Amino acid sequence: MDTLILSRIQFGANISFHILFPTITIALGWVLLFFKLRFNATGDMKWMEAYRFWVKVFALSFAMGVVSGITMSFQFGTNWPGFMEAVGNIAGPLLAYEIMTAFFLEAVFLGIMLFGFSRVPGWLHTLSTFLVAFGTSMSAFWIIVLNSWMHTPQGFEMIDGVAYATNWYEIIFNPSLPYRFTHMMLASGLTVAFLIVGLSAFRWLLGDRSGGVRATIKTGVYLGALLIPVQILMGDLHGLNTLEYQPQKVAAMEGNWETQSNVPLLLFAIPDEEARENRMEIGIPNMASIILKHKADGVVPGLNDFVTEDGEVMHPPVAPVFWSFRIMVATGFAMLLLSWTAAYLMLRKKRGPEGIPTLMYYAMVPMAFSGWVATLAGWYTTEIGRQPWLVQGVLTTKQAVADVPAPMVATTLIAYLAIYALLLTAYISVLFYLARKAVDGDLPRPRTALSGQAYARNVPAE
Amino acid sequence: MELFGDPAQWLPFTFAALMGVSILVYVVLDGFDLGVGILFPFASDAEKDVMVASIGPFWDANETWLVLAIGLLLVAFPAAHGAILTSLYLPVAIMLIGLILRGVAFEFRVKAPTPHKATWNWAFFAGSLMTSLSQGFMLGKYLMGLESTLGTWIFAMITAVFLTVAYSFIGACWLILKTEEGLQRKSVAWAKGGIWGLVLGLGLVSMATPLVSTRIFDKWFSFPEMLYLAPLPMLSGLIVLLMWRSLQSLPKPDDRGARTPFLYAIALFVLAFGGLAYSFYPYVVPEKLTIYEAASAPESLFIILVGTVFVLPMIAGYTALAYTVFKGKAVELRYD
Ligand code: HDD
Ligand code: HEM
Ligand code: HEM
Repeated sequence: MDTLILSRIQFGANISFHILFPTITIALGWVLLFFKLRFNATGDMKWMEAYRFWVKVFALSFAMGVVSGITMSFQFGTNWPGFMEAVGNIAGPLLAYEIMTAFFLEAVFLGIMLFGFSRVPGWLHTLSTFLVAFGTSMSAFWIIVLNSWMHTPQGFEMIDGVAYATNWYEIIFNPSLPYRFTHMMLASGLTVAFLIVGLSAFRWLLGDRSGGVRATIKTGVYLGALLIPVQILMGDLHGLNTLEYQPQKVAAMEGNWETQSNVPLLLFAIPDEEARENRMEIGIPNMASIILKHKADGVVPGLNDFVTEDGEVMHPPVAPVFWSFRIMVATGFAMLLLSWTAAYLMLRKKRGPEGIPTLMYYAMVPMAFSGWVATLAGWYTTEIGRQPWLVQGVLTTKQAVADVPAPMVATTLIAYLAIYALLLTAYISVLFYLARKAVDGDLPRPRTALSGQAYARNVPAE
Repeated sequence: MELFGDPAQWLPFTFAALMGVSILVYVVLDGFDLGVGILFPFASDAEKDVMVASIGPFWDANETWLVLAIGLLLVAFPAAHGAILTSLYLPVAIMLIGLILRGVAFEFRVKAPTPHKATWNWAFFAGSLMTSLSQGFMLGKYLMGLESTLGTWIFAMITAVFLTVAYSFIGACWLILKTEEGLQRKSVAWAKGGIWGLVLGLGLVSMATPLVSTRIFDKWFSFPEMLYLAPLPMLSGLIVLLMWRSLQSLPKPDDRGARTPFLYAIALFVLAFGGLAYSFYPYVVPEKLTIYEAASAPESLFIILVGTVFVLPMIAGYTALAYTVFKGKAVELRYD
């Protein structure tokens, strides 16, 4: 394998690992703020219990997000020097603003948020929690601005192969930003909602009937039920936006080879790029045309339009885009089904968590990670769908790669993969371990000052 | 922009200065928490908890300075960024893996089931060690103009060891400030050991640097430039002496003077860094690319600068707040 493909795999692996954790922390910060505010308002200990459990998950996820993010920021230099050389004048300021307005904010106030509960006045602790949540959302905003600009670039001019900014407003508020940012923030909210539902269901199945667990089951289910229809609607709008700016991506998502009318919505197919056709198609007639053009005979662009005269393929690889898109949408509908049924059962005769049958709790546990699946599938659709471009129409991926020897990239890739596999296993097992420990009663321990030897038995900051 | 003269001149300089400051702040701040990790094997299990408690609220923000430094390199000098990072490909990867290991170990060592704690303690140590060794290695390679020969490799191996010693030294000074009783006495002993490594390392780097490059040699040993540089080694010598005296007398009753070694250590780091910055200016890739050649478009730099002017004081402000909230001796870290 050559350096290009290895570097792509390495970048893909690193960012996939990275995004798992921001997806959790972005929304979980706000959920913790919600728990805190509910506690302040009601004085009910169940909110405090919920806060205490989920702040641990937050701290752990945050650490994972930070260390993998640091890896990301070096990747541009080690593997994609051509990227910054060509579009550094645009990417640079955006990344700088992310670091300055977001990373420091969240990193500094994280300390106070996690360990300052009894050291600072209540309002300062609440404010710190708010600032951390705000910081993670800001960092998502800036990075998504950059990413969206790479999909729908504008507000710049090219001089000798280098991009120069001409209009920062156009760069920041580029056409796909509103859709991508909203879709991603909702994705984060959903990921957290289902993680909360899943882990709380696990505790419920182990016999935990505490106020804290009830509160989180309700919070998670209602949050999920509320967000998922909005997400599906946003996804649809996002697709229409993509149809306008990156038709080749939509063609790959639909598995549509020829530009034509009355295109079916394919539920299953095996796209074959050699033969340039699908095998084993199963679809709903006219449906893709209706979704994308709002009429049955709407004309949908096809992949064959994106092959040059001399046979060079300028559209993305079809099968991965086609399939990851379906995985995302299917997960979305599974979320809809689960959260609405659970919400209905809880509301019916006001039975709360008791209204949900045990079988359904069993289904909720694996759904804990459904947000991760949909988010990754979504990003694969988006990013692979941009190939062969790195910055749509401006810079190809091939042009940006570093000329580091392939064996070197292969070595680091293997090292990263090994460590990610290890950490992911540790992370997931610790989540369930914490849940199990919470069921056994996680009583507050007496406070002791730490001083050298004197402090031998206690375990701090679990 | 014209107000200050040619922006193609002062903007790159400003950004080089900003980048220098963030590297320096990084080396001091993450230096002490990496150092604490490197000292891990010498501490008992109970002491390890105190050591982590002393850096727990800070390490994340400390590492953010690295992100800022690399970010500034990336945004202000994109051409240099690629050149430097691709030639340091392997040490960078090792550093990143080190940072990953130690960063997650903070959390896992207390959240994973108790029997696993020893493993995560080990990961915390190994990660800290990998990070500081590879940073020292990169420093050595950079000093040697990023050339790859047997000689530069050996030199880089040596700087790797010395930077690690330097970090564990400043880590020990931090622990003197943040701990009490037995652990504090131990930290004093660690600092006493570390200081000699530090002196040796500083001396070695100072001797090697002018030998590698005639440009730097001229900058150091010609008149009148020599006069500008002379205060650096003299001040450093003085500080080492003062520090040694202060370490001899610690710990004192009422914990007086516990802060002194840490402040001296910062001063030493600043001086050493100042010397390097003086020698390498105006190059960002040694002997190949100056900051003026490598800089991004002035318009883009200006946009960042505007933000920086507003944001840096705020960062400084809330960093100070965090250090105030967690001042005093390390106490058990808890979420409630
Ligand atoms: C700021 C830029 C940026 C952001 C926010 C993202 N990406 Fe990306 N992505 C790139 C910038 C980029 C890139 C530098 O442009 C890559 C590297 C190689 C390439 O083709 O594009 C890329 C490629 C790339 C690939 C490989 C595609 C291929 O080579 O066929 C995958 C799987 C992802 N990304 C996944 C993600 C995920 C899961 C993200 C979620 C956070 C994500 N990307 C955000
Ligand atoms: C190529 C892209 C990316 C790079 C270079 C990058 C870089 C980084 C870095 C360096 C950090 C650590 C900051 C610290 O020290 O606190 C970080 C954390 C973070 N990143 Fe990314 N990131 C990328 C993609 C994304 C995306 C797409 C999102 C969100 C949608 C995101 C959201 C976050 C958040 C919220 C954090 C805070 C830490 C956490 O919550 O775990 N990042 N990122
Ligand atoms: C069920 C209906 C859904 C539809 C119709 C939909 C639609 C889309 C489309 C068209 C894209 C590609 C955008 C592009 O062209 O770049 C996309 C990307 C994405 N989707 Fe979805 N989506 C749905 C559900 C979900 C769910 C449930 C999640 C996560 C919980 C999710 C997370 C994402 C993410 C993270 C991306 C990549 C970022 C972006 O481009 O916005 N999606 N989605």
